[in-house]
Amino acid sequence: MNKRQIMLTVNGRDHEVWVQPSQTLLDVLHDELGLSDVRYGCGEGLCGTCTVLLDGEPVNGCLTLAVQAVGRQVTTMRGLLGPGDTLHPLQECFLRRGASQCGFCTPGMVLTSLDLVRRHREQGRARPSREEIRYALVGNLCRCTGYTKILDAIEEYADLAAGQ
Amino acid sequence: MVASAFDYVAAGSYDEAVRLLASSGDDAKILAGGQSLMPMLNLRLAHPELLIDINPADTRPPSVAGGVLRLPALTRHRVLIEDDLVRQHCPLLADAVRHVGNVRVRNRGTIGGSLAHADPTSEIGGCVLAAGAQVLARGPDGERAIPAQELFAGYWTTALDDGEIITDVLIPVARPRQGWSFHEMVRRTSDFAIVAVAALVELDESGTAVTAARVALAGVADRVTLADPELAGLELAGLELAGRASGGDLDADPDAAVAAAAARIAGRLEPSDDVHASAAYRRRLAEVLTARALRQACARAARAARAAGAAGAAG
Repeated sequence: MNKRQIMLTVNGRDHEVWVQPSQTLLDVLHDELGLSDVRYGCGEGLCGTCTVLLDGEPVNGCLTLAVQAVGRQVTTMRGLLGPGDTLHPLQECFLRRGASQCGFCTPGMVLTSLDLVRRHREQGRARPSREEIRYALVGNLCRCTGYTKILDAIEEYADLAAGQ
Repeated sequence: MVASAFDYVAAGSYDEAVRLLASSGDDAKILAGGQSLMPMLNLRLAHPELLIDINPADTRPPSVAGGVLRLPALTRHRVLIEDDLVRQHCPLLADAVRHVGNVRVRNRGTIGGSLAHADPTSEIGGCVLAAGAQVLARGPDGERAIPAQELFAGYWTTALDDGEIITDVLIPVARPRQGWSFHEMVRRTSDFAIVAVAALVELDESGTAVTAARVALAGVADRVTLADPELAGLELAGLELAGRASGGDLDADPDAAVAAAAARIAGRLEPSDDVHASAAYRRRLAEVLTARALRQACARAARAARAAGAAGAAG
């Protein structure tokens, strides 16, 4: 099929890329733009390693076409970094709690839980409970940590965010 | 894996999508939320030449008019869970969709796409059957309404014609003295259901007897299935809800009648064995979950009737 030129806005920067219409957003972010924090896991939307935020909402990079992201804001975990590549507070919590081992699932975990905490705050609800965090993360698989430390890290961040 | 190459076109309206579909025939697929179609492409279970993206075609939110909840085909699962109109007028659906997929799937997945995909274990399919919904489909010959009961035709197969697209799902709004319930069994949260049951029960004016009960099951056949209303209804009709008169909490709920109805419904099913569960286990699940769903729906209906009665008395 013919490639077409599109403009993608990723982590606040515009990128002109040539893509095939059948290329997924995951493939273009990872292979064309070199964003190694968006990862191929299952290709079926089950594992969460290709999670990106599309206009702020977590979506499956492997189930979204790159051409569908035109005109939208795409955010990967790298987009959370502060000036001088300082870590986001949630990433600090992951480090402090040992919630990241091999790190393959971490970007998806971070983006999904960040969305959860933000939603609770925007909707004026109490910070998400451990059970609500578990529910939000059913689609993010981790084969290292056993999840306990991930939940600890997100709870710590949720408390931090609630205190702000 | 990576999908085989295909072309892509965004349709700005349903009519445009219908025209594109008509001119491309069998080689085109409609792309809605993409949470079922895209995995099929990535696994090379489907090889379309063209995807027609209808996401730009519709931005309508859910609405209510004339006793009908109208859900545009592109209503995302997340909206079904969170939207006030859906929660008020079809709480069954709002609750059941919490069991669908994961956060990312619910952010993108749509009700129209889910119904058109026609998975035989679909929670949403079960809900639209139990709720007596209709689906509006648009094709080259115009628009037609398809009762949900006639929509599902077999494994991943619908009664839609080749050139037709679902545009709306119309659901009768919940009535006073109506109760609902949804139960399913899964190995892990977010998995496809092994068996799922959606139930709606309605009580008479006095709030003491069941006048109608609709039970839909997923995972027990080649399509989501509405139990013969007579099986659910006759067994329950005239049932006295003893807890109601004394304002009790329905501890005296109609266990024996519910159990009998559930057994009859499950007895009629002919599920098949697969890698997930044996036919016998599915039938057993269908009976247990149907009983739970009917019991809970009756309790909720009694509570709704009490509330309606109190509101009536106060007015």
